[in-house]
Amino acid sequence: MAAVLVLASAWAALQDARHASLAPTAERAAAARLDCDAAKRRHGFCLRERSGAVGLDFVHDKATYDPMVKGIEPHIAGVGASVAVCDANGDGLDDLYFTSSAIGSSNALYIQQADGSFRDEARERGLASLSDARGPCMGSWWADADGDGDQDVLVMRHGAPSLHRNDAGRFVDLGAEAGLPARVNGNGACWFDADGDGLLDLYLAGYFRAEHDLQRLDTTRIMQDSFEFANNGGRNHLLRNLGGMRFEDVTAQAGVDSTRWTLAVAAADMDGDGRQDLYLANDYGPEELFLNRGGLRFERKKGIGLDESSKSGMCVAVGDFLNDGTPGVYVTNISKQGYLFQGNNLRANRLASGGRMQNIAEGIVCDCGWAWGAQFADLDNDFDLDLVVLNGFISASKDRDYWFGMAKIGVATGGIAEDATFWPPIDDRSLSGYEISRLLLNQGRARFVDVAPETGLVDDLDGRGVAVFDHGGDGDLDLAIANNGQRALFYENEVDSGRTWIQFALRGAAPNTSAIGARVVVKAAGRQQVQTVMAGNGFAAQNSLVLHFGLGAATPEEVEIRWPSGRVQRLERPTSGRRHLVVEDA
Amino acid sequence: MATTAAATGTGAGTGEGKPFWARIDPRWYSSTLLTTILVVGQWRHQILGDSYLPWIVALGTAVLAELISRRALGLSGANFLSAYISGNSVAILLKPQGDLLWPFAVCSLLSIFSKHVLQWRGRHLWNPTNLGVCAMLLLAPTQVSMLSHQWGNDLAFVALLWLVGSATTLRARVAHISLAWLAAFAAFAGLRAVVLPQGSLVGELMPVTGPMYTLFLFFMVTDPKTTVRTKGGQMAVAVLVAAFECLVRFGCELDLLSATNPLCVAPPMYALFLVGPAALWWSMRNDPRGGAATARA
Repeated sequence: MAAVLVLASAWAALQDARHASLAPTAERAAAARLDCDAAKRRHGFCLRERSGAVGLDFVHDKATYDPMVKGIEPHIAGVGASVAVCDANGDGLDDLYFTSSAIGSSNALYIQQADGSFRDEARERGLASLSDARGPCMGSWWADADGDGDQDVLVMRHGAPSLHRNDAGRFVDLGAEAGLPARVNGNGACWFDADGDGLLDLYLAGYFRAEHDLQRLDTTRIMQDSFEFANNGGRNHLLRNLGGMRFEDVTAQAGVDSTRWTLAVAAADMDGDGRQDLYLANDYGPEELFLNRGGLRFERKKGIGLDESSKSGMCVAVGDFLNDGTPGVYVTNISKQGYLFQGNNLRANRLASGGRMQNIAEGIVCDCGWAWGAQFADLDNDFDLDLVVLNGFISASKDRDYWFGMAKIGVATGGIAEDATFWPPIDDRSLSGYEISRLLLNQGRARFVDVAPETGLVDDLDGRGVAVFDHGGDGDLDLAIANNGQRALFYENEVDSGRTWIQFALRGAAPNTSAIGARVVVKAAGRQQVQTVMAGNGFAAQNSLVLHFGLGAATPEEVEIRWPSGRVQRLERPTSGRRHLVVEDA
Repeated sequence: MATTAAATGTGAGTGEGKPFWARIDPRWYSSTLLTTILVVGQWRHQILGDSYLPWIVALGTAVLAELISRRALGLSGANFLSAYISGNSVAILLKPQGDLLWPFAVCSLLSIFSKHVLQWRGRHLWNPTNLGVCAMLLLAPTQVSMLSHQWGNDLAFVALLWLVGSATTLRARVAHISLAWLAAFAAFAGLRAVVLPQGSLVGELMPVTGPMYTLFLFFMVTDPKTTVRTKGGQMAVAVLVAAFECLVRFGCELDLLSATNPLCVAPPMYALFLVGPAALWWSMRNDPRGGAATARA
């Protein structure tokens, strides 16, 4: 027995050393020094982190919660960092809004200046101190909700959501008069036109049950009752826009109720019928797709490959990654060596032909660690949508890890996990910490290769929301990243000059002047790609409303714009290498 | 996993005069139960993932490996029941990255081959599936994980597993091994709850409510082919396995071992992997009658 113990100890030490050497570290990645010219030659682009250079100095502060759940506070407070690309002052330049979650901390509204730098104007515009008695901020979603031509904003909290009307660049908190639910405890939302009346409606995703005031709890039974098929999360809400920034709850009538632990939601026309559908990523549960049947009726689609696969859905990124004219979906999940390989889902959309949302993820697309926000974006301007994937949950001690404790609670059957008391305390342990973001380059037909370190994406921060936009109008997509409890990042893209592009800034007819839901199809060199204007994509993020298409060396042959109103507009041989402002004919 | 067959030599006997159900080789109970777990689990909780392919691959490879091994070693007949149990067990326990299928095949191969190759005095020392799974976690840590999560927090399903598992071990006359391990695990859980700075009894007992431990408890630690001969010895080995696991858990809890160390990933698996064969070897070496339990091949 003693011999067994000695041998086992030696072997365990060897295993520790071996696995330590396997672990990716930022240092090792950074050691592969960025050679931008080489990256551009090899991959067509290169990213440089330039947050300091452009004046982005945002640091997210984590929320605190009731002391009753102190043991797992790092887990509950593991979200809240978000980023939205918006145009708060209506000058046509993309601005950035970051949320902070500690009560009393300030959100930042970075207004882009003419020279490309950013200036935080949250305080003077009324959007700074929003983590208040209503709860910690979790994210923001921007669109013209009242049809007056500027972008209003919804702020979600672990607590009550709030709506802020844009009055000439200053934001008015509408409080209870907007008719939003008193408490949602949610992380996700999106604007979309659910009923086709032109007014943008809201879908709010509840995470924790609304009965809990997370700052003043009266019970510790607030967690999920299952790690796989939990159905005791917060209620989701569909809020119909009545006009005048007033909303009514039509969730039950529309059939979009869900009490799964929804973390992210995106609205897009998934089945090609011209109506906006809802796709939900649920933590501790299967994904859900609600198809819009018109008349404010939705159908929860079954038998399309979603119910069979229950994971930990964190984000919904929507994009036509196969260039087949249909929006596919990427939903991030958790992978951890030894413990769990849930795998991310990359779903090809076969709905139009009566098929399924077929998961075709494999290899590096599957395993991105504890993955959070992700976005499809053509970073190398080659007409194929690439994937940016953020990851890392809790980066704390580098010597102490919570995965062993997580595995204990993760197998507990019988509702034990619902009670936070029974979770092993996290203390200063890391949980899938210090993971390096992934940049999955689409080499055509969804064959992806990770080029993150080689192209400059080398940080190991706890990424949550990532949003893409073209900073400076130079024809490539840049990345704004919100990290939980950490500084925000801005990666400026440099694309090989031989690759061209085309962009579309759409202005819809009032009231949906943001053109949320508009579909643009670009045809070039015998291929086509569809993109949708979305107010909410990924996790805790919103991309620029300007649509960007990389073209490689091709010339755009035809562009079709299907406006949310149903009108179709075609552009023949539009000029590449420029942004086209297209206004919907009233 | 292998089989909860008649273990002590005082078990099934010839079966004459006994009712039909008592004359059935107990391994049929195990294999039938494992199949039921697999089918019901897949139906209710997708324990295999999106399809039955892992099962087909694991099972097919196990049967093929059994055939090849027997032919290569010049053995007569074929032990398909054992291969069937190993294949099923591999399909249930192994959780590879994405839709990878090769880990199921490799694990089944290792399991079956180990049974024929890693022998001492004509007996294999390791539970085949235990060895296969442990080896996979060591050889392919970035692509293979263990069954370390719930099956849907389904108390009814787990209760059913415990019920049928108990019946199977009782029928196979190895229930004392399960009970000894369970009692020892509970006692050591109590010890950890007291000793660890933030330990709690519920927290330390939680793992045993999950599917991995359920399968371990009823279908792996009880394997008669790889346990010692006497009833007392079998119980002692079960307690030693639990004790070793407790040591591992202390190491993981106190951060003496990193969380990704395979020992922390699957404590009971490695406890059996290290203690079981050592105990069997020691017993066979010191017992003039062989020291190993007898069971139907």
